[in-house]
Order: sequence, then structure tokens, then C-alpha cells
Amino acid sequence: MSGPAAPAIIARDLSAAYGATPIWSKATFSIPEGSFIAILGPNGSGKSTLIRLILGQLTAAGGSLEVLGYPPRRGNSQIGYIPQGSSFDPELSIRGRDFVGLGIDGHRWGVRVTGRAGALTAANASITSVGADAYADRQLGRLSGGEQQRLLLAQALVGSPRLLVMDEPLSHLDVRNQGVIVQLISEVARARQLTVLLIAHDVNPLLPHIDQVLYVAHGRIAMGKPAEIITSESLSEIYSSPVEVLKDSRGRVFVVGLEEEISHPHV
Amino acid sequence: MYETAVHLTITNSSPQPSWNLFDDLATLLHYEFMVHAFEAGTIVAIVAGAIGYFVVLRGSAFAAHALSHIGFAGATGAVVLGLNPIFGLLAFTLGSGIAIGALGNRLRGRDVTIGIVLAWTLGLGVLFISLYTGYATEAYALLFGEILGISSGDVVVTLVAGIATLACLIAVYRPLLFSSVDEELASARGVPVIVLSIGFMAILAVAVTEAVQVVGVLLIFALIVTPAAIAVRFTSRPPRAIAIGIVLALAFTWLGLSIAYYSPHPVSFFITSLAFGTYLAVRIGEPVRDRLRKRSAATAFS
Repeated sequence: MSGPAAPAIIARDLSAAYGATPIWSKATFSIPEGSFIAILGPNGSGKSTLIRLILGQLTAAGGSLEVLGYPPRRGNSQIGYIPQGSSFDPELSIRGRDFVGLGIDGHRWGVRVTGRAGALTAANASITSVGADAYADRQLGRLSGGEQQRLLLAQALVGSPRLLVMDEPLSHLDVRNQGVIVQLISEVARARQLTVLLIAHDVNPLLPHIDQVLYVAHGRIAMGKPAEIITSESLSEIYSSPVEVLKDSRGRVFVVGLEEEISHPHV
Repeated sequence: MYETAVHLTITNSSPQPSWNLFDDLATLLHYEFMVHAFEAGTIVAIVAGAIGYFVVLRGSAFAAHALSHIGFAGATGAVVLGLNPIFGLLAFTLGSGIAIGALGNRLRGRDVTIGIVLAWTLGLGVLFISLYTGYATEAYALLFGEILGISSGDVVVTLVAGIATLACLIAVYRPLLFSSVDEELASARGVPVIVLSIGFMAILAVAVTEAVQVVGVLLIFALIVTPAAIAVRFTSRPPRAIAIGIVLALAFTWLGLSIAYYSPHPVSFFITSLAFGTYLAVRIGEPVRDRLRKRSAATAFS
């Protein structure tokens, strides 16, 4: 690719609300195509709300939003998505491979009549690209959290999207698996020049891979490079309240002082 | 008094099966009522086996069970009004199916709500039975099925309804599968999950109404849920699970009908017992199979 890439997402004075309750407002940011963005912030600050706006599941209360050059719309096949808390019932009787196949044409009516071979090839290629071949034919609900996460990623990637949106994909994983999955997402995204938006509770496993951070707290959204924005001075200034960023001996960062306030009840 | 006498005669002259299967089949199908029973039973088994997979996948077994019970009140109510019970049955199962579908799959208290409505409608059913004196046989047929009393007109109605339910199921197959596996994800991809949830319960309501003729409202589980519940223990590929479910539902119905022909006991008993026995055998067989597999794997490596 030559020249500066067009932004994948542009928000201008964007505001979000559930009914009359404002969640956050006046968000202005631009996400370059091909960048890896972590969305951080305390519980209930409106991180998932931002994703719902991008997916076209919620309309903005004000301002404008552009996703891949157009206003957001539901069912956009250029967006791969992993919803929050996606884990499957152990009794759910479907193979991982069939689940990934649903990412291709699961939204279409009827049964798969034509394009069966093409769909199968695409599903297989996607499963291989996330290293899930060994267990893709097993029952989805019986797999471990890390294995389910890989198949969810394969499902999100199968339609060759340009944007990958993930709502807390790491929350059910142990520390080792968190690192492995982030590494995988980062490699896949680089190889396919994908833009990645990932909501996380803990920024630490993401730090080696992300380009920028969207910080959602106190009714506001701020964007910047992790080293610049995740500091005591910067966060205190943005949110005009005392925030402290602590570092432990292994270089892990912890943000203290933003989690207290819950701006809207958890939906 | 008269009825008892007739029953005794029938019991005493129960036909005996020979060892020639073709002869037996010819004997079975000699009577028109048996032909109708096989025709209706076959249609119902195919529909029940197919829709059962989605009932199991969506965790809607209780909803399916409740639909049939709620339908009972509608059927008895229709009889009180002098109408064909099938219309009351269909009206109540459709109405409650649409209401349950609108509640959605994610609602935590859904089964409690269904149970409360179910209890009330069963109470209504009891009231309707008491209002219509001398009606116990018809209520009995609704509760436990009356497959040997099916007319050729009933068979045609069952066939039309069966084709309609299967056509609807095929039309919604992919998005229904998608939203059954992950509703949130399907919704993000543009699948109208609430409309599908309502549509599915409406299709199920029609399927339940058809199946009531064969096994009755109390025993609906045996044809809709049990074959699918057995099928998903063998495969996690949706098309195969549906195929196995249909084959099992057909086998239970055909075998049940054949055994009942040579016995004084009701068809519903044999169909439900075959279903239960197979499920039991599969559940008991599973740990044994796993242990054998482990042992053979161990010897292969030693």
C-alpha cells in the first residue's frame, strides 16, 4: 500500500445515549485503516455502546460516524465481530467447522444450495489460519475457552472483513491464553491489513501489539498512543479527576481512580 | 357395558404375528385404518424429527411441551363450542407459540412464565371437560393420541400441514441455525432474531398440532424431543442430526404401530416406550463406548 491510508472509522462530536440517559458525548477521533486499537475504560462507561454504534445496532444521539467510508449499517459483511461473553453451552450440538461456515452465509434465507464447495474451502482456510484444525470437527460447546475463542476468531475472519470488532475476547481466558490469542489476532491482522478494535479490561497483554488506545470514561472518549495516554498526568487531565497509573516491577500498568464512578447501569 | 364387551372380543382375537415379515406387513395394511395410521404417522414423524433438532439446539424442550398442553385447553374449549377440536388446538398452540417466541431466547425467567401460563390453561381445560358432559373419550384421545381413528380426510390435512411446516423450516434453516447457536452474533449480521424466534415457535405450534393426533398432548416429547436428543449424541453436524432424528421418529412410529396391531395395548405406549428405551440404551452405552475406546487406544500405544 502506498500513501496515507483512509481512516477506517471517523467520529465527529459523536454522542451516545440509552433513551434519555447520556452515556458519553462529544467524541471526536479517527482510526487509521490497518491499526490495532484497544478500547479501555471502567465497567459501564460505554465501551460496548461504542461498538454497538459502529455495528449499526444503535443510532447515535448526536454527531456523525463513518465506518469504512459509510454511515454504520447492521449486517455489514465488511465487519467481523466477536460478541461479549461468547461462550457456548456444553450441550450445544454443532461442530466448530459448521459454526465458522455460518459466518459466510448464516444470515441468508433457505438452505445452502449453490456455493457449497466455496463455503467449505473458505471455512477450512479460516480455521487453518487461526490454527484450529485439530478440534474444528469436535462439538463446539465441549471445547476449552481458548479453543472456542480461536473458532470465534475464525468465524469473524471467514468473510474476509476489513474491520475486526471484538468485545472482551480475553475475559474468559487465563493469562497464558490471553497472550497467545492477542499474538494471534495481531499476526492475522497484520497479514490481512485489518483494522482491529478490541475491548479489554486489562491493557497489559495488549501493550506489545496495539497502536492506539480509545479510553472511555466519565462520559468522554479520549484517543492516543498507549505510552502517552496511560499516564497519571494525561488521564487526570482528560477526566479532570485524580487518576494514578502504577507500574509494577515487571512493567505492567494499573490504572487507579477511574473505576469508582459508574456513569450508567450495566445493560 | 356394550363397549367393554366389544373390547374384550377384540382383545381375545388379537392377531398373532408370523415369522414372515411380508405376510405380517400385508396383514397390517389390509385394514384401511392401519393404512391411514401409517400414512399420518409417517408424515408426523418426518416433521417432528426435523423440527426436534432445533428444539433441542435452542433449549426449547419445555416450550414445546408447554405448547401441547396449552393446546389441550383450546381443543377442549372448541369441543364445548361444538367445533372441531383441531381448530381450538391450533389456535391455542399458535397463540401461545407466538407469545413465547416474542419473549425471546435469552430471557432468564422465560420458563417460569411459560409454566405459569401452562398451569392456568390446564385448569381451563379441566373446566371445559366438566362443561361438556359425556365427553371423556374425546378428551382421552386428545391427551394420549388416537392414531387408529384417522380418516382419509385427516391424512390429507396432515399431509398439507406437514409439507407447509417442512417448507417453512427449510426457508428459515440457515438464519435459524445461526441465531440458535449465537443470537447476538446472528443479530449483528443482520438476522432478524426476534422475528425468527416467533416464526420458529409458530412452525413448532403447527407441528405439535399435527403430532397430537399420533401421540396426544401428554406424550408429544416422545416424537419431537426424544429422537433429536438421541441424534445429537451421535453427531454434531446439523444435517446429519436432523436425518438421524427423522429416521428414529419414523422407526418409533412404524414399530409402535406394528407392535400395537398385535397387542391389546395402546399405540402411544409402544411409541413412547421405544423412544425412551432407545434414549436409555444410548445414555448407558455412551460411557461403555468411551471406556472401550480408551482401552483400545491404550493397547495400541503399549
